[in-house]
Amino acid sequence: MLGEKALELIKELDRSKDGQLPTFNEDSIRMVLEEMTTLFEQNQRDVNATVAGDVRFFSGVHLRHAALERNKRCLLAYLYNRLERIKAMRWEFGSILPAEIRANICEPEVQWFSRYNKNLAAYMRSLGEGTGLDLTQDTKPPKNLYVEVRCLKDYGEFEIEEGDIVVLQKNTTHYLPMSHCQHLIRQGILEHVE
Amino acid sequence: MSDTEEDVIEGSDDEGEAMTASEVLKKLEEAWITERMSPTLECHQSELVDCMLDQINQMTENLKRCKKHDFRLAIHKMEIDRIRYVISSYLRVRLEKIERFSHYLLEKEANMTDETMAALSPHEVAYAKDYAANLESHFQTLVLQHVPENLRTFDSAKMSIKPNLDSYIFFKVKQETPGVLIEDDTGEGRDEELDLQEGSQHLMRYKPISHLLHSGAVTLI
Repeated sequence: MLGEKALELIKELDRSKDGQLPTFNEDSIRMVLEEMTTLFEQNQRDVNATVAGDVRFFSGVHLRHAALERNKRCLLAYLYNRLERIKAMRWEFGSILPAEIRANICEPEVQWFSRYNKNLAAYMRSLGEGTGLDLTQDTKPPKNLYVEVRCLKDYGEFEIEEGDIVVLQKNTTHYLPMSHCQHLIRQGILEHVE
Repeated sequence: MSDTEEDVIEGSDDEGEAMTASEVLKKLEEAWITERMSPTLECHQSELVDCMLDQINQMTENLKRCKKHDFRLAIHKMEIDRIRYVISSYLRVRLEKIERFSHYLLEKEANMTDETMAALSPHEVAYAKDYAANLESHFQTLVLQHVPENLRTFDSAKMSIKPNLDSYIFFKVKQETPGVLIEDDTGEGRDEELDLQEGSQHLMRYKPISHLLHSGAVTLI
């Protein structure tokens, strides 16, 4: 059926859970592109026939054109929604993607990601007349200055304000300033104990 | 806001501006709520943001001079954290919208005649442009250059996401505004005229009241 493969692509992405990213499906994309080339060639043939005076095939041209448009739309939607997920990960994990994610994205997506990073960093630097503000911090309303955190991995020495140093060892708990340990919580080194 | 808060701010407010820091903060908080509730991007408030960022930097400097175990220190730090949260949350919401509606906003920006109505700040324009260009070049590399010739263009008018200006919003009236025209979009001519009374709250489509929002006569809740 026309456009079936393209729909499958969209479904595949839709079925994978939020925040997960299936492998970039190059094969399916290639098949959709091939289908489009075939449709286009058939259309050109029929258009030439129509121009020559034979109008019997003209409704077929319309149908194929609609299928072409639909395929294009599905492909772009597939790309766009993948980028949306990669983008969400930028805000969650920072500018370096975890290895298991990197395995699932293709080269142009890596390039897109690095340009997105650069753009975002430039914007955040420009805030406050050049002093900059990291928007990926402070994602939740602050309730307390200090939070109780449990250490999930050995991290070593960690400097909090004015030269105070704590040693973060696995399975120890600490009472630390929220503003300093946010990024460690995000990286999974510390865990917030409620 | 606490009185102690004022002490820290007063020492630094030497720019001779008409607004005090707490007024700026109040305005910024209002802009923040509006931005979170509005279906589209509102006018940028980068002056308020810059002013407030400057304030918290100065407050942080001032606090360094305080004694370490002064109990006021904790309160001030908490206040700084709160303000910083408001600012970053506000800018995050904006960035999200700028990314989603980048083509729409850039087009609007290009047709803009009145500087004061600019939705995007210069930095945001740069960001939106690069974002849109990045997206298009990604489409180009992976799909568009491989499809048949007549389909190779990326038609942003057809393909990009636009904000839904017909979505409903809650708002509160700050200034009495008589005779607001609510047009009937179904084309049946059932236009209505409405007097908005100060302090009253309404649920209405965004479009008819968007100009009141810009003039500050109403605020979103």
